[in-house]
Amino acid sequence: MKQPANSTGALRLSSLSAVRAGLVISLVLLTGCASGPNAHPADPLEPFNRGVYKFNDAVDGAVLKPVATAYRDITPSLIRQGVRNFFNNLQDGWSIVNNALQLNGQGTSDSVGRFLLNSTFGLGGIFDLASDLQIDRNTRDFGHTLGYWGVGPGPYLVLPLMGSSTLRDTVALPVDTQGSLTSHVSHVPTRNTVRAVDLIDRREGLLKATEMLEQVALDPYTFTRDAHLQRRRSAVYNGNPPDDIRYDEPLAVQPKDTP
Amino acid sequence: MNRRLFNRLCAVLAVSTLGLLGLPAQAQDEAPDAFIKRLTTEVLDQIKSDKTLQSGDVSRIIALVDTKILPHVNFQRMTASAVGPAWRQANPEQKQRLQGAFKALLVRTYAGALTQVSDQTIAMKPLRAAAMDKELVVRSEIVGRGDPIQLEYRLEKTPGEGAGWKIYNLNVMGVWLVETYRSQFSQEINAKGLDGLITTLEARNLSNGKKS
Repeated sequence: MKQPANSTGALRLSSLSAVRAGLVISLVLLTGCASGPNAHPADPLEPFNRGVYKFNDAVDGAVLKPVATAYRDITPSLIRQGVRNFFNNLQDGWSIVNNALQLNGQGTSDSVGRFLLNSTFGLGGIFDLASDLQIDRNTRDFGHTLGYWGVGPGPYLVLPLMGSSTLRDTVALPVDTQGSLTSHVSHVPTRNTVRAVDLIDRREGLLKATEMLEQVALDPYTFTRDAHLQRRRSAVYNGNPPDDIRYDEPLAVQPKDTP
Repeated sequence: MNRRLFNRLCAVLAVSTLGLLGLPAQAQDEAPDAFIKRLTTEVLDQIKSDKTLQSGDVSRIIALVDTKILPHVNFQRMTASAVGPAWRQANPEQKQRLQGAFKALLVRTYAGALTQVSDQTIAMKPLRAAAMDKELVVRSEIVGRGDPIQLEYRLEKTPGEGAGWKIYNLNVMGVWLVETYRSQFSQEINAKGLDGLITTLEARNLSNGKKS
């Protein structure tokens, strides 16, 4: 089974603070820009987002996807699994902090257990012994933590190279970058190599999924956005978001007006 | 692009399908969570033991959906909900075509996802519902490698004694299937009308069929 990509559901490249700063500025400029009468309420910046989405898609098609496909074709699956486990373990380390900040006792202790076990007996995270022992992953990032403490998601945003996000999660991103153990590797070539492998590994894990997306989505942009927003919201509420929106409400009368 | 989500979606739809792919309903008034657990477990086992399903053989999967899944799904309600208010204006023929095209699209999703099934098992979460509830949510988790995958079903009680439950929406990793299609459908309806949506869906299914 596929492992998750990182917790914002996006390909995270750090050292993009310049891009981020530019983005925030352009956001300020764009906020208030008109959007059509049928705009999704959570996506007031849709025209801008669609532009970035298109750009990301082009970059992916030209570079990332071909590289990930080659990686899949030439690397034995055992090695790929080890690489994925290694990065998931680093992520579990950061999940400890965020589960704790969200006062999630079970999530914190599970993450601590996973991280310690896999880092030692799992040889630095290459083997995922904790999953064999059925200790659940509980991936949480700083955007979740802000949400837990009441910060709303704000408008939906598509970030250059990183994909779906929201204003809140974008603000949380520098903290997540600092929390990632890979950003503390001081040897720059090593750090860049690690990040590149991480990126390729995550893209490889999604090859099948993105092929499927092309088939099942009428509009991949809308599909991605709606799924992302629902999912982040659910994670903030630990899988039990309040039923304040009853989408099924009109359906109560549905059987009457259908044959 | 939200890569994590689609990764998970793919992995899970396989398993979730299974919730739908059950054996014929049993006569008793089965508890809703017991119903889901039974279906899911049976279907998981079936997939694990059937290599042609795992390899994503579309015609086999369609046959499976028709005979095993659909008896447990109120697919008309699902389609109506995804289409939204425009459903009320649709004539019977349009409704039929919408359902057919939506079903074909979803089967495609499952075909890709079935290749992901390996050693997963189902864990049920406590049911929070009153005995008289006609509609409720059953929560479960797929446990395998990595994060547990949240999987929920909205069920409605079929009128009558011992008629059992029908699924009318499915939540994978916090994402409800019907809601995910609603914006896309309304986008299409706003631009080209109901017939435009039908045409788009059917054309999509046709081109998907050619690719595989």
